[in-house]
Amino acid sequence: MLDIKAIRTHFPILQKTVNNNPLVYFDNGATTQKPLAVINAITEYYTKQNANIHRGVHALSREATELFEEARKTVAHFINAEESELIFTSGTTHSINLIANGLSFEKDSEILLTQLEHHSNILPWQLNAQKNNAKLKVVPIHEDGTLQLENLKNLVSKKTKVVSITHVSNTLGVINPIKEIISEIRKLNSNTLIVIDGAQSVPHLKIDVKDLDCDFFVFSGHKMYGPTGTGVLYVKKNVFNQLQLSASGGGTIKTVSFEKTEYVDGPLKFEPGTPNIEGVIALSAAVKYIDSIGIEKIAQYEHELLGYAQSKLAEIPEVEVYANHLNKAAVISFNVKNQHPFDVGTLLDKYGVAVRTGHHCTQPLMNYYNISGTIRASFAMYNTFEEIDVFILGLKKAIKMLS
Amino acid sequence: MKISEIENEIVEEFSLFGDDWESKYEHLIDLGKSLPLIDEKYKIEENIIKGCQSRVWMHSELKDGKVYFTADSDAIITKGMVALMIRVLNGQTAKDIIETKLEFINKIGLKEHLSPTRANGLVSMINRMKMDSVKFSR
Repeated sequence: MLDIKAIRTHFPILQKTVNNNPLVYFDNGATTQKPLAVINAITEYYTKQNANIHRGVHALSREATELFEEARKTVAHFINAEESELIFTSGTTHSINLIANGLSFEKDSEILLTQLEHHSNILPWQLNAQKNNAKLKVVPIHEDGTLQLENLKNLVSKKTKVVSITHVSNTLGVINPIKEIISEIRKLNSNTLIVIDGAQSVPHLKIDVKDLDCDFFVFSGHKMYGPTGTGVLYVKKNVFNQLQLSASGGGTIKTVSFEKTEYVDGPLKFEPGTPNIEGVIALSAAVKYIDSIGIEKIAQYEHELLGYAQSKLAEIPEVEVYANHLNKAAVISFNVKNQHPFDVGTLLDKYGVAVRTGHHCTQPLMNYYNISGTIRASFAMYNTFEEIDVFILGLKKAIKMLS
Repeated sequence: MKISEIENEIVEEFSLFGDDWESKYEHLIDLGKSLPLIDEKYKIEENIIKGCQSRVWMHSELKDGKVYFTADSDAIITKGMVALMIRVLNGQTAKDIIETKLEFINKIGLKEHLSPTRANGLVSMINRMKMDSVKFSR
């Protein structure tokens, strides 16, 4: 069992009031709040260790470099990767762009995505497809937000160069069976590169990239209690040399002349310029914090919150939940009959409840349901059953006001 | 009535609610229902105001040197906000509309709708009303 009371004391922002109501923060899919361990890591870094890394001969630079590379180890181990496979980026979007910009294909190649994808896992591939004269193919979904797996198999061919697929839908919370999907794709085309968007799964599920056998795995720091502007691009060792450089600069080389440059091997080659040093160090503090609580325990608790919230929503006849089942991370997308999500979200905000409304950067998914947006409540380890009661009460009042 | 007079009238009207935001929003929702609705034929792409999470259509006309607006939105709170704006600016001269600062929004405690982080696009709405007036004053 999690000691939620204790956990809540680790997140100072949860003491805040909004419109004279205690803050109920259910927008964790957008970004999570930060524990003191993370906040303090940033202060500590600037108070005691700040220096540029991988460059200086002096003590401070050595210390900062050690912390940075220590963070690489910590984050790599968190997803069962080697540190040599882990590139630090500014976030999931940056990670996917590095992949999509770093791969080129012959004409008529195919890139396979799904109807569930976030715009950040569509647009970089759209640009790639335009450049390479490649085609985007899309795996359709069922009404309950799950992928049509039979169709996925039919869509993988000799031409399929990349399959890029989200682990957990940011809008619906649906968990895709990516391990089975990956092994199925491997059987159909062993040359297909597989990218997993883990932005919404890393905060909620135990990740083991070796066990999954994906080629790339990407996620953001700020959705897993870490700072904004941090992200990860995991590249499987034996596909590292397939990824071309799409950006370059200081800190990535062995020798440079105007005629020829010799780059370093490994992740540093993909981290030009001074990185987000304090961010990366604070991200490793977030990983340690999650480890200290236990990701399995977090997952189990959040699942209980999900079940409770969905059962309470089921009691409100005007509410329609999308993907109304429990094979999900702690995310609920819903609408209120005949009401615009913006109206409902605005009134919930007045009751102190922070939810997200709109298309959640998944317009193709909205088009599938033929809606302009949803209201999304997404939970984290510090949320409580009492907060769900506040949310449900606020929602009922909002519905009454609007109808 | 002048813009400032209508603004004062609205401020007085909303002051009755004090800190009771629920009544204030109920009033706003009621105002939304009284919005001078845009003719269906004007509900076209170029009359949609961008930057709104909810869709807002707005049409403006110049009659006898005064500007008149009709609008619609798929969100009722947004509709209430548009209705307030139209109540203040309808039948004013283009020059007055362009010059007005619309300070009443702050005074009635709805300034959160002016924040650029809010997706309701009240700012885009005001810009649209002013831009249309600029066009009419040429």
